[in-house]
Amino acid sequence: MLIAVLSGFIFALVLVFTGKYFKKKYALWSALLPLGLFVYFLQFVGRIGNGEIISTQYNWIPSLNVNLGFTLDGVSLIFSLMITGIGFLVYAYTAAYLKGHVFLDRFYGYLSIFMAAMLGLVLSDNVLSLFIFWELTSISSFFLIGFNNNKQSSRQSAMVALAITGLGGLLLLTGALILANVSGTYSIAEMLSSRDIIANSPHYIIIVLLIFGAAFTKSAQFPFHFWLPGAMKAPTPVSTYLHSATMVKAGIYLLLRFTPVLGDTPLWQTSLIIVGAVTMLYAAIHTLFRTDLKGILAYSTIAALGILVFLIGLGTPDALLAACVFILVHSLYKGCLFLVTGIIDHETGTRNTAVLSGLRKVMLPVAIAGILAAISNAGIPPSFGFLGKDLIYESTLHFGSWAMVLTAIAVITNILLLYAGFVAGVKPFTGSLPQQFEKVHTPSYLLYVPPLILAVGGILIGLFPIIIEGALIKPAVTALGANSSEVHLKLWHGFNTILALSGTTIAIGLLLYFLLKPSEKLEKLAQRFEFISPQNIIESVAYAFGYFSIYWSKIVQNGYLRHYITTIIVFLIVLVGYTLINHTSFEIDYDSFERLTVYEILTVLLLMVGTIYTVFSRSRLGAVASMGVVGLAISLIFVYYSAPDLAMTQFSIDTLTVILFVLILYKLPKYLNISNNVVRIKDGVLSLTFGLLITVLALEVLSQPQNTEISSFYAENAYKLAKGKNVVNVILVDFRGIDTFMEISVLTIAAIGVFSLIKLRLAKRFRNK
Amino acid sequence: MEFLLAVVTGLLYAAGLYMMLRRSLVKLIIGLILIGNGANILIFLLGRITKGLPPIIPEESKVFIEAYADPVPQALILTAIVISFGLQSFAIVLIKRAFKVVRTDDLDQMNSIDPYS
Repeated sequence: MLIAVLSGFIFALVLVFTGKYFKKKYALWSALLPLGLFVYFLQFVGRIGNGEIISTQYNWIPSLNVNLGFTLDGVSLIFSLMITGIGFLVYAYTAAYLKGHVFLDRFYGYLSIFMAAMLGLVLSDNVLSLFIFWELTSISSFFLIGFNNNKQSSRQSAMVALAITGLGGLLLLTGALILANVSGTYSIAEMLSSRDIIANSPHYIIIVLLIFGAAFTKSAQFPFHFWLPGAMKAPTPVSTYLHSATMVKAGIYLLLRFTPVLGDTPLWQTSLIIVGAVTMLYAAIHTLFRTDLKGILAYSTIAALGILVFLIGLGTPDALLAACVFILVHSLYKGCLFLVTGIIDHETGTRNTAVLSGLRKVMLPVAIAGILAAISNAGIPPSFGFLGKDLIYESTLHFGSWAMVLTAIAVITNILLLYAGFVAGVKPFTGSLPQQFEKVHTPSYLLYVPPLILAVGGILIGLFPIIIEGALIKPAVTALGANSSEVHLKLWHGFNTILALSGTTIAIGLLLYFLLKPSEKLEKLAQRFEFISPQNIIESVAYAFGYFSIYWSKIVQNGYLRHYITTIIVFLIVLVGYTLINHTSFEIDYDSFERLTVYEILTVLLLMVGTIYTVFSRSRLGAVASMGVVGLAISLIFVYYSAPDLAMTQFSIDTLTVILFVLILYKLPKYLNISNNVVRIKDGVLSLTFGLLITVLALEVLSQPQNTEISSFYAENAYKLAKGKNVVNVILVDFRGIDTFMEISVLTIAAIGVFSLIKLRLAKRFRNK
Repeated sequence: MEFLLAVVTGLLYAAGLYMMLRRSLVKLIIGLILIGNGANILIFLLGRITKGLPPIIPEESKVFIEAYADPVPQALILTAIVISFGLQSFAIVLIKRAFKVVRTDDLDQMNSIDPYS
């Protein structure tokens, strides 16, 4: 199973090197990859149907608990078959749709990465690998939306989509980590057994909200839905594959996957029902105001995703069954409608529904596919869509006291969706053919066969639901933790409320379709309310945040070294000073002053005078010379206090520094006092406070007991182990020999730097200044 | 003496910081050197100072017989002195080079990438 998941990545990698040859002739052959995977997953249908769950485990980073655990159960199987099956059709379709495109190889590469990531997502059992694949789908989606990267609008939409789905990814990671922390495992299967611990944990609410955030951003729920219409800038095969059939359902998958773990609480139910209901109504109403075919389909996809979230929120076995069925129904008809739209766009050059009509006369097979898909979308019997809609009504009708409201919402949404489906699938083909389209001809079979397969599939499954009942739907419902023994999919339930509701939906929907024609006037009307749309609000916030960041950076990162130093020192003084004021315990031992010798006092005085003169000297030579005096005084202190090696080193280094300074002194500009007195006094006060802090700190440390363990180790072993009697030298060249070696390397590098800076010849333009 | 050395350390830190806050690059480096010296004395002092007993094992014996000065701070300071010399020498040559190109020692006038502006 690992190879099945990784094959897409491998294929994408191969394309990097062979792309040039690939895109000329062999593009169609790449469809064998999803086809092979489809067949591979098909062979599990029998075993999964018998209630088996197939899982494999590969260690990846065991120390971090990131393992590639793959589990294939009913839900995963439905998604895997959808990903590979629709993937196969899209791969084949693309070969004709983007024939001769310069970046065809790149396109297939992105598509394969996406397919692999999506498969990994739906098969992962480990929440961390689930997150990684989740992010990979966002990233491949970013590249595919921005595929026409010479257009500004494409790039913009890609950025928006990445920002929104990427935000969701972060929420998912946080949620997954907290969840793993609470349940003590990273495996989703194992989390099932700690369901009660999770539900009773104080972190339950935050986990659920984070998972919701991830699912809602990915599956384009209100108010995060707006990236999806923007994503329609991608070539149509991408819209079909990612932004309708598979990737946007990743959020739905996540909710389904966690239903047995987190579901069945008031928080879970209420939020999902409300968000789903708002999304489906909002998006369905929006379809009325669009004239672009892909825009209409995008909003109807959002509405469909809303329905799915709504169903998961209901959470009854009926509702979960309806969700599983509707996922398939939607993928079949919406995939088909998108592909049909792509053909229309490809052949006529427009997607404006107000203009398109009568195309059946020039592209009959496409018309058949479009109309069949519209029928399934409308839920007209005997299509698969009819069955799906029945199940939705059944679950809303049996939902306690809110049944009437919920059913009404579902009916309204379905009426509007029917309208949208007809506008996209029927309207372009009916009526009279305008003159401008008379030269349009039926496209290559590679373009119209894939949508036909999807459309016919939608009708066939409607007629014979038994095909998928035992094999796909039952195991999926079981995997969701519901009882599947009473699942029976059938077209005819007899005359009852549900049938009446279906009839009403179809009748009103058709009426709406015949009365209301899509027009640009309506679209303009909708644009007037654009300023209160979530997209506008979120974008404004994003811009405001951008400006704030620039403003803030200008304050914090102002580019003046002394401001940075001041900030650091002020914080240090405040924090350390505060602690010291509360905890100082040292006492000054005045007796020790009597033991001071004259030469000690003189040395210290020399040091102090030298330091002060360095600061206040008005000549650079004076400052450098007195700095040398300071160094020499320090080396004297080393002599007095038993550090002969230090004294020698300090003496020679100090001398060298002064010589170096003096050598280049005459090449430097005049030594000036640039700052004014106010700044100097301010800096002086700050510096003195800082110095005082260091003095107090030193005295405080001196009053504390000292740990001499390390020193005595070196002292005892210097001769025993290293055969040396000067302990300081032994430490440097023996115990810490490698460190000293590194130090020599650093000095060598500095020396090379100094040498080359001196020897480097200036470019001509600087030489004569 | 400990008290005096603590005061000296504080003075060196104060002087170093003051110099680092100036706009002149040369003063910045002088400040760095002063703070470096202050840090060396601080480490030396905190390792406790001992008079006249260098950490060298007497000629005739194999271990220390009497008390000795702590060798660890001394090893640390020795490294620090040498490394800071590497830094200082490079910085000094770099200022000279920078001055040749941009003709200024003032940090505030070095913000621009273009030497002609």
